[in-house]
Amino acid sequence: MSPRTPGAQLPEHPDWLWRTPDPRRSYDVVIVGGGGHGLATAHYLARNHGITDVAVLERGWLAGGNMARNTTIIRSNYLWDESAGIYEHALRLWEGLEEELDYPLLFSQRGVLNLAHSLQDVRDSVRRVEANRLNAVDAQWLDPRQVKEVCPIVNISPDARYPVMGATYQPRAGIAKHDHVAWGLARSADAAGIDLIQNCEVTGIDVTGGRVTGVRTSLGPIAAGKVALCAAGHSSVLAAMAGFELPLQSHPLQALVSELLEPVHPTVVMSNAVHVYVSQAHKGELVMGAGVDAYTAYTQRGAFHVIERQMAAALELFPVFARAHVLRTWGGIVDVTPDASPITGLAPVDQLYLNCGWGTGGFKATPGVGWVYAHTIAHDDPHPLARPFCLDRFTTGALVDEHGAAAVAH
Amino acid sequence: MLLIPCPWCGPRDEAEFGYGGQAHVPYPEDPTALTDEEWARYLFFRNNPKGPHPERWCHAAGCRRWFNAVRNTATNEILAVYRVGEPRPVIV
Amino acid sequence: MTPQPFRLPDGGRISRGAPLAFRFDGVAYQGYRGDTLASALLAAGVHQTSTSVRLGRPRGIFTAGVEEPNAIVQIEAPFPEPMLPATTVELYDGLVAGGLPGQGRLATEPDPARYDARYAHCDVLVVGAGPAGLAAAAAAARTGARVILADDQPEPGGSLLGTAEIPDWAAETGSELDAASEARVLRRTMVFGYYDDNYLLAAERRTNHLGSQAPSRLSRERIWHIRARQVVLATGAHERSVAFAGNDRPGVMLAAAARTYVNRYAVAPGRRAVVFTTGDSAYCAALDLAAAGVDVAAVVDARPEPGGAAERAARAGIEVLAGHAVTGTSGEPRVASVAVRALCAAELTGPAREFAADLLLVSGGWNPVAHLFSQAGGQLRYDAGLGAFVPDGCRQAVRVAGAARGVFDLPGCLADGAEAGRRAAEDAGFTAARPLPPTSAAGSAERSAPSAHLWVVPGPDGFGTHFVDLQRDVTVADLARATGAGLRSVEHLKRYTTAGTAHDQGKTSGVLTSGVIAQLLGVEVAELGTTTFRPPYTPVSFAALAGRNRGVLHDPVRVTALHDWHLAHGARFENVGQWHRPWYYPRDGEDMAAAVARECRAAREGVAFMDASTLGKIDVQGPDAGDFLDRLYTNMISTLRVGMIRYGVMCRADGMVFDDGTVIRLAEDRFLLTTTTGNAAAVLDWMEEWLQTEWPDLRAHCTSVTEQWATVALVGPRSREVLAGLAPQLAVDACSFPFMAWRETAVAGIPARVCRISFSGELAYEINVLPWYATALWEALYEAGRPLGITPYGTETMHVLRAEKGYPIVGQDTDGTVTPQDLGMGWVVSKKKRDFIGKRSHLRADTGRADRKQLVALLPQDDVLLPEGAQLVAGDRLADPPVPMLGHITSSYRSVALGRTFALALVRSGRERVGERLYVPVGEELIPVTVTGPVLYDPEGARRDG
Repeated sequence: MSPRTPGAQLPEHPDWLWRTPDPRRSYDVVIVGGGGHGLATAHYLARNHGITDVAVLERGWLAGGNMARNTTIIRSNYLWDESAGIYEHALRLWEGLEEELDYPLLFSQRGVLNLAHSLQDVRDSVRRVEANRLNAVDAQWLDPRQVKEVCPIVNISPDARYPVMGATYQPRAGIAKHDHVAWGLARSADAAGIDLIQNCEVTGIDVTGGRVTGVRTSLGPIAAGKVALCAAGHSSVLAAMAGFELPLQSHPLQALVSELLEPVHPTVVMSNAVHVYVSQAHKGELVMGAGVDAYTAYTQRGAFHVIERQMAAALELFPVFARAHVLRTWGGIVDVTPDASPITGLAPVDQLYLNCGWGTGGFKATPGVGWVYAHTIAHDDPHPLARPFCLDRFTTGALVDEHGAAAVAH
Repeated sequence: MLLIPCPWCGPRDEAEFGYGGQAHVPYPEDPTALTDEEWARYLFFRNNPKGPHPERWCHAAGCRRWFNAVRNTATNEILAVYRVGEPRPVIV
Repeated sequence: MTPQPFRLPDGGRISRGAPLAFRFDGVAYQGYRGDTLASALLAAGVHQTSTSVRLGRPRGIFTAGVEEPNAIVQIEAPFPEPMLPATTVELYDGLVAGGLPGQGRLATEPDPARYDARYAHCDVLVVGAGPAGLAAAAAAARTGARVILADDQPEPGGSLLGTAEIPDWAAETGSELDAASEARVLRRTMVFGYYDDNYLLAAERRTNHLGSQAPSRLSRERIWHIRARQVVLATGAHERSVAFAGNDRPGVMLAAAARTYVNRYAVAPGRRAVVFTTGDSAYCAALDLAAAGVDVAAVVDARPEPGGAAERAARAGIEVLAGHAVTGTSGEPRVASVAVRALCAAELTGPAREFAADLLLVSGGWNPVAHLFSQAGGQLRYDAGLGAFVPDGCRQAVRVAGAARGVFDLPGCLADGAEAGRRAAEDAGFTAARPLPPTSAAGSAERSAPSAHLWVVPGPDGFGTHFVDLQRDVTVADLARATGAGLRSVEHLKRYTTAGTAHDQGKTSGVLTSGVIAQLLGVEVAELGTTTFRPPYTPVSFAALAGRNRGVLHDPVRVTALHDWHLAHGARFENVGQWHRPWYYPRDGEDMAAAVARECRAAREGVAFMDASTLGKIDVQGPDAGDFLDRLYTNMISTLRVGMIRYGVMCRADGMVFDDGTVIRLAEDRFLLTTTTGNAAAVLDWMEEWLQTEWPDLRAHCTSVTEQWATVALVGPRSREVLAGLAPQLAVDACSFPFMAWRETAVAGIPARVCRISFSGELAYEINVLPWYATALWEALYEAGRPLGITPYGTETMHVLRAEKGYPIVGQDTDGTVTPQDLGMGWVVSKKKRDFIGKRSHLRADTGRADRKQLVALLPQDDVLLPEGAQLVAGDRLADPPVPMLGHITSSYRSVALGRTFALALVRSGRERVGERLYVPVGEELIPVTVTGPVLYDPEGARRDG
């Protein structure tokens, strides 16, 4: 008989989490969307700005959208200064978040490898590593042998269809347990007196004289001094309610887990060229994802051939996974911008704020977004880290093109 | 794996098709006459509705024709397909 | 070899003539063909298979199917496979397995098995070959419809396989379907996914059950991709448990599972049993067990008035305790006794009774297997009468039949299945030609009583051993703690406790969990809803999903017509898109630097040649072809004269460089353009998109001819001599055959189109021939050039040569944020044309900035070879981070021609910085570099004409 399994004992959730209040008629700030970003924003509105007359409206259950569906990779090794700025800010907050929230987040800085499979991948990778170092983001370029040392099960055979030619490595990157993160933030916001209101769908946004005055919901109208959108894939639908459009497309993004397995995978491996990213979560399941489905949809499910391709890619990199089993697949809805960078800041309507377009990268930014967005809301002025991510950039052309720069997604 | 009825070839697997985003966004007659805002709108802003969406598809691994479809993005149901140049059908 | 003390003397669907040896947890056992690992273990008297994941409690075999929460095993031999329910592992000779407390183990060796995929279409897909599914498939097949019947088991019958007497028609129907030309029966095939537009996925286990006897020619598993006009889901139902103290002990088993072990496998799961039920179905188990010689001590029925089934049991001499519940078990580790008390209005009353028993059968009701229906987008409704979620409407063309929609009696299932199959066929366009034969199964006249809905039996001491999810060790106490924390959503409660997240994905526990939560919160189960069912219904191996798309088949390898020659001459290859391109050709002992230096020298000083066949080639024809290309390229194409060639750049609408290449005018109405190797398909797509969707009035057509031409670049000051020798009809002097002209002629007797194009700055030709002449041409050039030292070169040398001339490579020196102007190629952007794709974007504020990044060359101090990708900074000391970056190095080489290293870089305000000193951080050092214009070699262009 085997002994009890490592990782089987996840830390317990606390005995008390949050209230289930009825909505009041009016709040200083209404946050639309009770996902990770909405909850983090609520947390930092209270913590950093003393603003607690706040409601977070969630049409389903708290953190049940992309927060519950993502593969929990946390890293900040982005190419452009603007991206590195906000994601590194987030990573530094992650490093203190367990203490800040007094909640076991299972934040594990096990490092992230971004594999290179072609000479151009190598150039792009070195470029990103060098940029990261100058931005004080920890980053290294590893040759295939060093990749193998970090993650012994990676296939570095030169005979592979797309051989591993090296990887960037960010040791401070890692994973966390998404529910724990969301619940830690929610508990903190609730304890500060912020109302978390579930099963409350926003059906309209009231704008008078170019200024937002409140929202209409499935639980009745709620007046608000300020309204902050935090609704990821549904942002376009909400923007339409307020009378403007966003350069967003909502795509299904699928992910999957295997059954629980003894530890084999000590880090996080991402590969753009063969389209897969893999980590092994605390309980032992392999957590994997790939690229978005091609067409826009709000279905929260994707097509199966995307999963099959992902499995083929995974076995190219990790032949030992052959007889692992897919236990569960699911889909989220990610809102993607033309330059693969987020939009966060002011909206074309006064006292209405935007935070969307995080695409496949929203989870890792969670505390950073909360911090920055709360500042934007509190001061009615974008936080300096948010300034490059204004909606206006699509007019001027000053994009933060993480696509074009061949930086990795997710 | 959607089953997409190509108006030239009939119903085929989604994997044979390329997605082309919102339909009926014509290239501006004279782009230089547009303001930066109007040009940005053409470049980057596309409808993203939850519901019926007229959109472009290309039967890339088949007849290689572009065509339009109205698909409900909330259900993936394809409500109509029509050839380029044909008017958008009225979906009741 | 351990005997089989619990094997019944006769009966069962096992082959007693085919004994199989296996090992479990280090002990040798014997079973029979037809056994599962679970039934063989039970036959040996082994109930406990492992300990639980969180609490380390002993756990035993609980079910007889895919819903098994406890008996999860690791296969060790013939090849390691993690986390299989013992109840689904068909026994084979030489099987070695062990129990798992929660985590499986992957093999360290590569899996030798093959996996495959099948694609099928049908009119009616029937999922499940139980009574309803068989009836449905038969009814549909009789209309002539193409029918696929898929079932997880080795033989049809479904739940009937677990009954004492299986009607003959089950096998007969299977044979009838096997014989029908338009029907296909897929055995050992689990339908696990239901996607949009009736696209279903199934995993067929082809050789698993053969162990090491599996023929290697057969794939081990294959994935069926089935597109069905109509689907009938006859997926049956799973029995569920009741939460009572100690309900997890080995020896506690679902009632129908025990019945299956007795009837199908001829195994008595115990000597003395207590049956605890809330409905009628468990009485069948009690009677079948009794008939097989198991001493049934009592049936404990939660219902005060159990009805006819209880009377039948009593007649068989079994004590029935109506209005009672099991309150606890004891025994270490296996059940030894069962405590029972009267239950009245959810309160325990009266004295406790203890029954000595080594087996406790539980039946807490039935959950229709609605997973696939839910995956299809179907809605589920809680049926308070059934105490279960049932299908309630779906957009897709699907029907649910039999137990999967809450019809639990056999005649009902048969009628329901037949009706569903017939109507599915009719909806697929077929007609039921003759009336359905009457089914042989007789209805029962017995008075049946409705089931009770009992989720939790109280006490005796709290709820710490009232398990709802056995695999995740979740108890009623855990759920109570979660609701106490303020949680109300089933999704939150599930995540708080991890209930339903294990290997079984809550198949037996999901509804029980909902029921307990509803009770804790004081709401109706219907209000809570259920959590969403996600594919796959049962776990599917990674390898099966990857199929054959592994290794060289992972992505097609494209090679040119000259590939064999390159191989034979020792080329090292580089992946460029899907192509394998020669990277360099090392000679004995040469490293890459030496080989590239030699190849470069040959090209600059003598003659060299390369295989340029991978360049994308697109033939554009039609009266409006010139107009069309004017709209796509930044420069003017329509003014190009027939016989001449022009370099062109394409931008995306956002103004950023998308691709570049040459355009040849073949005729007034015909052009041939080349694209970069990696972008060929994207450029063709791009052109067709504009042509079809924006400018359908233009009379122009595009055809990819990339593979219709082999292209050889012949380069160097002596290339003209080589060509002249092979193309006697061609006037090769610079006057007759000027730069950027093309000629048709015979080269080495081969019809060829020769272009005077240079990507190196040297005199050069590109010779295009049909690909089947490629090797003949190449060999002829090699032979003719040999006296001049002709040298084959690869992509690395090509890159050095072009970089010395400052020619950018799209995708290397550009990154999607670079305009032609940024590349210093304003000359290729027409000022005259009214419009071209990208023009308007060049007028935007950001694209007009003077301090954009621009392409320049860098001369590093001390002949350092700078790393490509390195960043540029201003000062000779690094500031504190964030350090402002001025740009990055896009290309970097050691140049023989220049006698030094150099680099190309995109640098902020680069052109204004020519002459400036900048710094490149490399490791801990700052390497000084001098900014210079991008053309370092032959800036006057003197060498172009040789």
